[in-house]
Amino acid sequence: MEVNERIKKQLDTYPVLLYMKGTPDFPQCGFSAKTVGILRATGAKFAYVNIFEDPEVREGLKAYSNWPTFPQLYVNGELIGGCDIAVELYESGELQQILSTAKPVAQAQ
Amino acid sequence: MDPTEIRALIEQNLGNSKADVHTDGQGHYEATVVCAAFVGKRSLQRHQMVYATLGSRVGREIHALALETFTPEEWQARAQ
Repeated sequence: MEVNERIKKQLDTYPVLLYMKGTPDFPQCGFSAKTVGILRATGAKFAYVNIFEDPEVREGLKAYSNWPTFPQLYVNGELIGGCDIAVELYESGELQQILSTAKPVAQAQ
Repeated sequence: MDPTEIRALIEQNLGNSKADVHTDGQGHYEATVVCAAFVGKRSLQRHQMVYATLGSRVGREIHALALETFTPEEWQARAQ
């Protein structure tokens, strides 16, 4: 499957999706760790993709989103931002509001 | 990469902007950018505009770039 299609499929499947370096329990970058901390503080359920395990998606996402760094947080398929913006939106309460609009996770067929 | 180079790239490619860039010397940079073209744009779009001025350098020479973006009005209000 072409990389853009794979990205689209991931975004369709997971309404709150964090592309990050490492995993939530073992983040491999301070910015990814901080973003996970914020998501956990909101209590929202989220999925993640460890971009170190998928170099093709890692490269593809930069062009897909016009955003060259990680982490990247998506809600309902839309890029919300990286770590700085997640912090900014969390502090203003907007992130909690955005997350409350997340669609339910599609059931696996 | 020298922070003054990053500053020059941002200011050249983003009309009427002012940038202030610092680094810890290990690939992490912090930039404050003031630009009239940010008016009416959310942080996400502002950051995309700044990233666009740096092309593929971000993620390579520039490992991380912490951004603060302001319109001239927001910058003035902050200075007071």
